[in-house]
Amino acid sequence: MSPPVLVDIAFWAVGVVAVVAGVLVFVVDSMARATYALATSFVAVGAALLLMEQTYLGVIVILMMIMEMAVMAVYMVMFMGMNPALMPMTMVHSHRAAIGTAVTAFLVLGGGAVLVPWPTGGAAAGAGVSGVTEALGTAIMESQMLVMMAIGPVMVATIVVGVLLSSSRTRYDRMGDDLDEAPADPPAPSRSARDGGGA
Amino acid sequence: MVELVGALAAAAGVTVGCVALAWVSSVAVAYGGGRGWRLALTDPVVETARLVRQRRRRTVEADVLLWRIGGWGLLPVAVLLLALVPWGGFTALPSGHGVVWANALDVAVWALVWLLGWGANSVMGLVGGYRFLALALGYELPLMFALVAPALAAGSLDLGDIAAAQDGVWFGLWMPVALLAYLIGVVGFAVHGPLAAPAGAETAGGVMAELSGPDLLVVRLGRHALLGAGAAVAVPLFLGGGAGPVLPAAAWVALKAVGLTAGLAWCAGRLPTLRVPRLLEPLWVVLLPLVVVQDLVVAIVMEVA
Amino acid sequence: MTLETVLLVAAALVSVGLYGALSQQVVVMVMMGLELMIGGVLLALGGFWWFLAPDPSGQVLLLVVLAAMTVEMAIGFAMATLLHRRAEVDMTDMTAELHE
Repeated sequence: MSPPVLVDIAFWAVGVVAVVAGVLVFVVDSMARATYALATSFVAVGAALLLMEQTYLGVIVILMMIMEMAVMAVYMVMFMGMNPALMPMTMVHSHRAAIGTAVTAFLVLGGGAVLVPWPTGGAAAGAGVSGVTEALGTAIMESQMLVMMAIGPVMVATIVVGVLLSSSRTRYDRMGDDLDEAPADPPAPSRSARDGGGA
Repeated sequence: MVELVGALAAAAGVTVGCVALAWVSSVAVAYGGGRGWRLALTDPVVETARLVRQRRRRTVEADVLLWRIGGWGLLPVAVLLLALVPWGGFTALPSGHGVVWANALDVAVWALVWLLGWGANSVMGLVGGYRFLALALGYELPLMFALVAPALAAGSLDLGDIAAAQDGVWFGLWMPVALLAYLIGVVGFAVHGPLAAPAGAETAGGVMAELSGPDLLVVRLGRHALLGAGAAVAVPLFLGGGAGPVLPAAAWVALKAVGLTAGLAWCAGRLPTLRVPRLLEPLWVVLLPLVVVQDLVVAIVMEVA
Repeated sequence: MTLETVLLVAAALVSVGLYGALSQQVVVMVMMGLELMIGGVLLALGGFWWFLAPDPSGQVLLLVVLAAMTVEMAIGFAMATLLHRRAEVDMTDMTAELHE
């Protein structure tokens, strides 16, 4: 690992980037900028994990979050219905109460972080642990396998529920009442949409 | 000091290599697309000279910051991708997690291409950006599972280890489905050939519709560089890395990378652009299960052997 | 970089996310706030792992948090889409009015 001073500087840099980008999410005037500010914040969190030598998880966080935010941007634009230009807007409620709660939360959490006497006294117990990724893989496939096996069905259920909730078309819309027609190309609109939209 | 000079030299070398691969890709795409040899060879030079001098065109209310990030980010991603490739004993960016990094870099292209389409504040650009995300959902999952196969066979996420694990039999020979899915992914994130709909001619260039001058040049360069860099990463993954007779390892890596880039780009130039709604079904319903079966086969072979 | 500084940054992320989740009117922006909070949790867990207990099961916990985040996003988007399709609603306040 590189000299500790460099790691310190790098950590402060990514920490500042993470928090500033996080604040920007709620400050900037454009949906796209807000979304990609959040992506930047997550990339910085991933980089911080890399600095703490959890390489695999760090890269996965970066990978997943860029992907997720790319998709998120589509939803943002879709639901906000705004043109791509920069458009000033504030869409907040209970602004003061929210700020108060956030500041209180920071004081409580931050105070806890600083005041609690942590056992190692600042030394990193993880330094020098080698083969982190391999240990993680072994844990997933051996001692913690049940956890991952439980996550699998949860993910499948999520996919099914997500499609079920959000899709306006069913297979009957695609392939006719007896499911024997070729799928329409381009895809046909849903039954309810054809009948005049909305439920 | 010596370390710094070495790092700078490596960065410069990788960048030059990236531009060279982009040139190979550009020539091969043009030749495959039916241009003569002479035109295909000189086109990149002539176009570069033309675009460098062209004046910038601006659109109304463009989000210039995001637009430029999208456009100018493609080439650095390609350079980083190429930096992961081991040249015999030397790697510009050595990493024990090279496969995961390569995956993360190709996902970065999702953001960049969408931003490119978004930033211009033009309908065609936005259509192109959305098309790219739809397409990326299609090719990315098979690509991710394809990356599992060589890593599984080598028992490592390090591209150097994966290259070294292929003595005699290249992974590409007994993992053809994974290789195919990977190459489709490369063509996809380089926005070329059958997967070029996001920059399709029928939408006046889609994400590239409003670009001009140096901005257009750097996006074209970036797309070709991504194709070349993606092909170069396939060399340690599937084509035995530096393995080969007589020549040194680095030369073999370079030869294979150039050859694969040229072949892939030629195919991309030959093939027509496919419509996006038609692609998701074959990619997910046919290719994805095949790639998963390929991973299973690799796992069983490694367990038995 | 000490455990305290890592946790401070994580606490800042969680607080900013909390502000967003409480104050934003649009469903998708509320989810961005939640995401930011989860980012803070990820960082804090990473810090605990590195400074206190370098044991693989800590990293498994991180993976579980990541998985929880994807589930949250997927269902959240699905519900936002459903709401939007059914009632042309994309704000939390309006959802409450629907209820009444």
